[in-house]
Amino acid sequence: MKFSEQWLREWVNPAIDAQTLMDQITMAGLEVDGAEPVAEAFEGVVVAEIVSCEPHPNADKLQVCQVNAGNETVTVVCGAPNARAGIKVALAQVGAVLPGDFKIKKAKLRQVESQGMLCSEKELGLSESHDGILELPEAADVGQDLRVYLGLDDLAIEVDLTPNRADCLSIAGLAREVGVLNDSPVTAPDIQSIAAVHDDTFPVTLSDTHGCPRYVGRVLNDVNVGAATPVWMVERLRRGGVRSIDPVVDVTNYVMLELGQPMHGFDLDRLKDGIDVRRAKAGEKLELLDGQIIELGEDVLVIADGNGPLAMAGVMGGEQSGVSTDTRRVFLESAFFAPVEIAGRARNYGLHTDASHRFERGVDPSLQEAAVERATALLIDICGAKPGPLVVQEASENIPAPATIELSAERVATALGMNIDAAEIERILRGLGFDVSQQTTGQWSVKAPAWRFDMAIDADLIEEIARIYGYNRFPVTVPKAALPPRGRAEQQTDIDLLVDRLASLGYQEAITYSFVEPELQTKMFPKEGGIELANPISADMAVMRVSLWPGLLKALSHNLNRQQERVRLFETGLRFRASDEGTEQLNMLAGVATGSRLPKGWYSDNEALDFFDIKGDLEQVLGLIKGANFEFVSGQNSALHPGQCARIERDGKLIGYIGAVHPNLARELGLKQPTYMFELRLDRVLPAQLPAFEPLSRFPSSTRDLAVVVDEETPVAELMNSVREKAGDDLESLTLFDIYRGKGIDSQRKSVALGLTWQNPSRTLTDEEINSLMDSIITTLQTRFDATLRS
Amino acid sequence: MDTLTQLHGRALEAVQQATNPQELDELRVRFLGKKGEVTAQLKSLGALAPEDRPAAGAKINEVKTAVADAISARKAHLEEQALSARLAEEKIDVTQPGRRQAMGGLHPVTQTLRRMELFFVNIGYDVAVGPEIEDDYHNFEALNIPSHHPARAMHDTFYFDAGTLLRTHTSPVQVRTMENGEPPFRIVCPGRVYRCDSDLTHTPMFHQMEGLMVDTDVSFADLKGTVEEFLRVFFEKELAVRFRPSYFPFTEPSAEVDIECVMCGGDGCRVCSRTGWIEVMGCGMVHPKVLEASGVDAKKYSGFAFGMGVERLAMLRYGVNDLRLFFENDLKFLRQFN
Repeated sequence: MKFSEQWLREWVNPAIDAQTLMDQITMAGLEVDGAEPVAEAFEGVVVAEIVSCEPHPNADKLQVCQVNAGNETVTVVCGAPNARAGIKVALAQVGAVLPGDFKIKKAKLRQVESQGMLCSEKELGLSESHDGILELPEAADVGQDLRVYLGLDDLAIEVDLTPNRADCLSIAGLAREVGVLNDSPVTAPDIQSIAAVHDDTFPVTLSDTHGCPRYVGRVLNDVNVGAATPVWMVERLRRGGVRSIDPVVDVTNYVMLELGQPMHGFDLDRLKDGIDVRRAKAGEKLELLDGQIIELGEDVLVIADGNGPLAMAGVMGGEQSGVSTDTRRVFLESAFFAPVEIAGRARNYGLHTDASHRFERGVDPSLQEAAVERATALLIDICGAKPGPLVVQEASENIPAPATIELSAERVATALGMNIDAAEIERILRGLGFDVSQQTTGQWSVKAPAWRFDMAIDADLIEEIARIYGYNRFPVTVPKAALPPRGRAEQQTDIDLLVDRLASLGYQEAITYSFVEPELQTKMFPKEGGIELANPISADMAVMRVSLWPGLLKALSHNLNRQQERVRLFETGLRFRASDEGTEQLNMLAGVATGSRLPKGWYSDNEALDFFDIKGDLEQVLGLIKGANFEFVSGQNSALHPGQCARIERDGKLIGYIGAVHPNLARELGLKQPTYMFELRLDRVLPAQLPAFEPLSRFPSSTRDLAVVVDEETPVAELMNSVREKAGDDLESLTLFDIYRGKGIDSQRKSVALGLTWQNPSRTLTDEEINSLMDSIITTLQTRFDATLRS
Repeated sequence: MDTLTQLHGRALEAVQQATNPQELDELRVRFLGKKGEVTAQLKSLGALAPEDRPAAGAKINEVKTAVADAISARKAHLEEQALSARLAEEKIDVTQPGRRQAMGGLHPVTQTLRRMELFFVNIGYDVAVGPEIEDDYHNFEALNIPSHHPARAMHDTFYFDAGTLLRTHTSPVQVRTMENGEPPFRIVCPGRVYRCDSDLTHTPMFHQMEGLMVDTDVSFADLKGTVEEFLRVFFEKELAVRFRPSYFPFTEPSAEVDIECVMCGGDGCRVCSRTGWIEVMGCGMVHPKVLEASGVDAKKYSGFAFGMGVERLAMLRYGVNDLRLFFENDLKFLRQFN
């Protein structure tokens, strides 16, 4: 809501400057978004009258005007087509300075000396209008400084109101707030009920009394639409951000800004039968004032007549029934539409109007008559309108009734943390229009005014008291509460631990959007239909990620395209998949890596990392989970290279995948160097076990090495599992210390060298025992893997 | 045969010529060993008159000691030389960069969240999380935002269908916590939130941390104290804080919290639009309807809630001037926080 400071001060005028006023209303919860002077800086411009106009002797398009500036008459050369004898204009005298530091001097225009300039609105910085020179009302005093005459030393203040404060979408509402904040009297214009001078009425039917419980109308005859809207009204509208159209529209807008009631004027001669306020019927269309034709949905409340919809109720009028230059008779509408029935309708059609803004938030349901009376008086003054009787249609049972709320001083004190003087509580509430009656000491019954339909419970009143009293006058205390003992569960690993380890392994944390490009994701996971957004912000953020990989690969590409050669990223967050039980939202940890194993340096050979580098990184991270055993088994994943992909399992359950980016995907993304990635579901990763102590053995351990040759296809993990199985309970460690391929070994086979260490807690193991275990191991490897001992 | 003097001179000469410990060992054997030349002199004492023997023996022993000392001295000298040579040889350029994996690090949003969480965990709050795909009830209805409410226009919501959406704030976590527990509550809810809005100062996804305290006799003054303490600890500065009335359907009274601009110290600059103040969070006393909707007795309990944008706090803390940088994941940006 934008308004003129001068206008507000006509209602309430505390002795504070503009800045203090703005700070004050901001701190009362009506945030001032900005303020700007209503006119740019200029000086030396006066009201003047064109006495005569002669054609310029040497130029077709110029006129030579004699202009009365009050104390002198000067000659001014002017090119505006509307310059003519008898009109009042704005004269920039010699010595004047116009916006943009434009100094007016005597100047010869085609041999005729011009002693000043007649100004357009644009030249004065009042508007963009450059249609001709500004014409002032006939009554303007010649010689008066234009700034004084137009009251241009004023601020247009913009307040950004929260949706609950529809009551402040008017000068009246703002004045009420300023009044109570300063304990200053508020003076409203005197609104009289106006006697009808004829009996013409127009029938109104309320078919939808929920949507429109109240409709006030009046017929105005002999309306001179050609009359000029007075300059003071045009200026107030302009300062409120509203363009002047014609006197009827201007007056309805003026009353809306002044009192908060949106109104509409119909051309009565274009209406048929009578007004009906009803829901639109399927297929009905309406040409709006802005020229667009819309098809109305059945949820839209319309003002209709015998021919069909005339206007979208509370949103916008129709082109066909609006006031035009031919209009002689006007039907004025001032209605109360239920917010629920208006909310969202404008937005559904891409509209947002001053009326919809107010009706959605709620208009004072008792304001309609006053608004019509006010508008009628103005239209009588300006257009000579002849008023008929006021017609009121209402369904009083549907008009919101103001709440009566019990309030106690004690509740106020507990909620706010301090006592507020009872007299101050009463003053604040009364100042805001509440009807306050004391029941007993410190106990009131408070009736809300009609415009505060947002009031229902005592907390609503306490907020009003706090707001006006001033939030910053309340004490600052630290809450006191019992501190329950608590600790950290040891069997649940803290995710921070894993994340910190990844960071120390060279991975940089990324945060990517949870919605991704559908095409890329489908290429990576053709079988996982991602959950689609109904209203995505763009096509490349249209579907929820089923994995963290699409986002991470995009981020990786982003960096490769910016001259980074080595990129290691990780991310934690939810992935979203549709499952039988609904939407599955699992917390994941994922990473991607590409580039050299070590950063480029004097010690590094710039060798590219491979699968085992990031497997090693992942092993270091998973190693933080106490007492957990993770297995990497050969697996398949649509986004990964089929020969370089492992499923990661824990106790037979899938934890995640690790592998090289599938070459097709790499090509798609323009990845020229091998890239690896992993992803883990954290719900299955993080559980840990308490370390279980075992007594230390005082007996020596025995060690054996074993080298076997097996087929290339034999997974070493399976080989090692067999060794473990046969090595007995005393096996303390098993390490893979060499894999050899090449000379001396069949080309389809590899040599695997293992180191075994045994130790018994209570005795020294004998050579015979160890040899027997080794024999059993070797036999098993021979049987299961066709292994041969390497000599 | 040499005289003893000659032998002495020859031995010392040989010791001085020795260049390594092996040579010195050989010299020890040659001169001082059982069959050594000096030892041989002792054997020759027998040829002297008995009265001359003590004097001559003493002389020979003197030579023996002198040669032994010379050998030790020479040995020490050589060892010292060897060490110096080795040290010289092993000298490295300690200014060369260390051999290591490159640095990784945490995203500035994570770092900021951790600092925020730490403050609240230290004063007895628990950290609670919840789903990001939410239902309309938890995101709106339970928070006193019915379907027609104009406040819904303040949340440009991403929908999947009429009843399912991406949470627009982390407040649904508060609702879920209250539904599933018994007061008192003290929680903070960090996480991703989504609004269908994208321009210079908005990204369609960002992070929030909301907090909730519900107990008997929690007042607006307590809210002010908690929020002010947090802001001063977070910014490590005694900065001015003000509470400005505002409106959220789920709190009443509601406030926006402004801090003295951390860029200009309140003098007015571009960042604070020349007001000297910067808005950092919204807060208020939990609306009784919200408590009741989640099964908390509003007659017995009261509470406060607050919510802040993590990126916003990170921007102010580290002077980041473009919100969108947080989600581009450019290493040049991310590494500035390592």
